[in-house]
Amino acid sequence: MTRDSMLFLGFIGIFVILNAILLVGGYLDMSWTSLGVITAAGLTVSLYSFLYRDNPLFKLAEHIFVGVAAAYIFGIYWYQSLYGEVVVRIFGIGDDPATMTQRLLLLVPSVLGLLILTRMSVKIGWLSRISFAFVVGVGAGFTIPRYISAFLLSQIEATIRPITMDVDGLNLLLILIGVVSVLVYFFFSVEHRGVVGGISKVGIWFLMISFGASFGYTIMARLSLLIGRIRFLLDDWLHVM
Amino acid sequence: MRRRANRGLTALCMAILLPAQLLAQTPPKSAASDTPNDAGASITVTWPRGEAVGGTTYLVYVAADESGPFHLAAEVEAPLAAVLADDPGNFGRGEEQDATHYVNVSDYALDDGRQSLENDQIYYVRVAVRTDGMELRGAITSAVPEANLINTAKLNNFVIGTALSLIILASISLARRKEMFIRRIAGLEAIDEALGRATEMGKAVMFVHGLREMDKISTIAAVNILGQVARKTAQYDTLLKVTSYDPVVMSVSQETVKEAYVEVGRPDAYNEDNIFVAGTDQFSYAAAVEGMMVRERPAAHIMMGYFYAESLLLAETGSMTGAIQIAGTDAFTQLPFFVTTCDYTLMGEELYAASAYLSREPRMLGSLKGQDIGKAFLIAAILFGSLLATAGWPFITHALAAH
Repeated sequence: MTRDSMLFLGFIGIFVILNAILLVGGYLDMSWTSLGVITAAGLTVSLYSFLYRDNPLFKLAEHIFVGVAAAYIFGIYWYQSLYGEVVVRIFGIGDDPATMTQRLLLLVPSVLGLLILTRMSVKIGWLSRISFAFVVGVGAGFTIPRYISAFLLSQIEATIRPITMDVDGLNLLLILIGVVSVLVYFFFSVEHRGVVGGISKVGIWFLMISFGASFGYTIMARLSLLIGRIRFLLDDWLHVM
Repeated sequence: MRRRANRGLTALCMAILLPAQLLAQTPPKSAASDTPNDAGASITVTWPRGEAVGGTTYLVYVAADESGPFHLAAEVEAPLAAVLADDPGNFGRGEEQDATHYVNVSDYALDDGRQSLENDQIYYVRVAVRTDGMELRGAITSAVPEANLINTAKLNNFVIGTALSLIILASISLARRKEMFIRRIAGLEAIDEALGRATEMGKAVMFVHGLREMDKISTIAAVNILGQVARKTAQYDTLLKVTSYDPVVMSVSQETVKEAYVEVGRPDAYNEDNIFVAGTDQFSYAAAVEGMMVRERPAAHIMMGYFYAESLLLAETGSMTGAIQIAGTDAFTQLPFFVTTCDYTLMGEELYAASAYLSREPRMLGSLKGQDIGKAFLIAAILFGSLLATAGWPFITHALAAH
C-alpha cells in the first residue's frame, strides 16, 4: 500500500468517525443541510490537502469540482439560454408568446450557434468560422469605442487638470509624471536608452509601487476568504467555536 | 386684545410674504426640446436656475394635447435640481449652462401606471414651482422627441478612434515596404528559451488561456501568441497542450494551432484533443489546470489572457513544479501575482505587442508602430493640456473629456 493510499484511507476513516461523533452528539442532525455541511467540509479539507502535495483526496475533490461545475454551467445555459430564450420563444411555450418578428430575430443567433456545431464535420467545419468571425467582429466593434472612452479619455481627463501649489497639486503632478513615464515604458519602437530609458525606468518604478499596493490589498482580501473557510470548518461543521 | 391684534398682524404679514416668496421661486418661461444624442422617446425641459431654497420643489407636467390634461412627469427638489453644465457632453459648458436647470422626461404618471413618450409626437410641457404647499405653474411649451442617428457627445471618441485607425493603417502600409524596429521584450524572448528547454527535456508546453471570451482583446492577443508558439512547437516536435475556459476560445485555438501546424508542414503532428476546455467555472478551471501541472509536469507554462483570482493559484502551483513560467495579462489587479511567481511577465500592452514581436508580420508590426505614434500624440496632449489647464485654458481637457 502506497503512502498516498494510506493517507486517503486514513482521512476517510477520521472523517467518518468525526461525523459520526457530531451526529451522535447532536451537533449535526439528520437533514439535507447537515449533509451539505459534511460534504462541503470534506471537499474543503480535500482541496486544502494540496498544500501537502498532490494526492488522491485532492484528485477526488478536483474531479467532483470540475464535473459539478460543468453540469451546473450546462444547466444554466440550458434553462437561461437554450430553453429559456430559444425553445420557449420559438415554439411559443408558456404565457409570454413571442411575436413573429421576435421569433425570426431569434433564428439569427440560433443559426450562428448551430454553425459552431459544424466543427464536428470535416467537410462543412469551415461554416463555424462565420460564427467566430461574427463574435470577434462584433466584440471588437463594441469594445474599441468603450475602451477609448473608459481607458483613454477618462484617464486623460483625470490627468489634464490645473496644477495648483498645494497638496492636491502635488498629487496631480505625481499622477502626471506617473502616466507619462508609464506610457513611455510602453513605447515599443524606440530602444530604452538615454532619456527614454531613464523615463521608462521611472515608469517601471511607478508600476512596481502600484503592483505592491495592489498585492497587499488583494492578499488582505484573500486572508478574509481563508478566515471564512476556517470559520466554516470550526463553527458550522465541528461546532468548536 | 393685544394678542388678537398680534395674530392679525402675523396673518397679514404671511399673506404678503408668502406670495412674494413664491413669486421669487416662480420659474419664468421654461423651454422644451428633443433630448440630444439619445435613442428617442425623451425630451429635455429647461428653466432658469432659481434659488436653492429648501422646501421648494420643481414639478414638470406633460400632456399630449395643449389643452391638457397635464400629467406629472418629474418632481425635483430645488437644491437637487441638475443644471445643464452637469452634462457638458450634451449641453456644453458656460455661464448660461450653469444658470439653467434641466430634466430629461421619458414618461409621465397616469392613474394606472406610467406612460412612455413616443417618437415624432408633439408633447406639451409646463414647469411649476411649489413652495409651502402652494404651486404656481409656468407657461406651456412643446417639443417632439426624436431618435438621433449621431451621438455628438461621443464625437471625440469617434475622432480619436478614426485618427488612430488611419495612423495604424498608414503604419501597416509603411511596414510592408520598410523594415521596422521593435525593442527587445524580455518576456517574449524567453518563450524561445522555454520551448527549447521543453524540447530538450522531451516534455510538454502548457498554454493556459485566461477566463475571458473570444471577443475580448486580451483573448485575441493570447490566441495570436498561441499561433506563434504552436508554429515553434510544430517545428521542434514538442507536445503543446492548450487549456481553455470557454468553448469558443477552445474552438478558435484549435483552428489557430491547426493552421500553424499545417503552415510549417507538420499537419500529422496536430492533435485536436490536446486543446480542450479544462473547466467551465473559475475555480474548477484552476483546480483542473493545477492538477495537470503537478501530474504531467510540463517544462513550460505560458499563461496568456485575462485572469482573475485564479492567477495566483495557477502561477504558484506552476512555480512549485519548477517549470519556466511566462505570463501575460492586462488584468491590472493580477499582474502583481504574475510578477512575483513567474519568470517573465508581459504587462498590459506588452501582451498585445507580443504577437507582432514574435511573428514579425508587417501587418502587426505596422499596427504596433501606429499605436506608438498614437501614444506619442497622447503624451503631447497630456503635457500640453496640463500646461494650458494650469494657465487657465482648459479647452484640451474639455475636448478630451469622456461622455
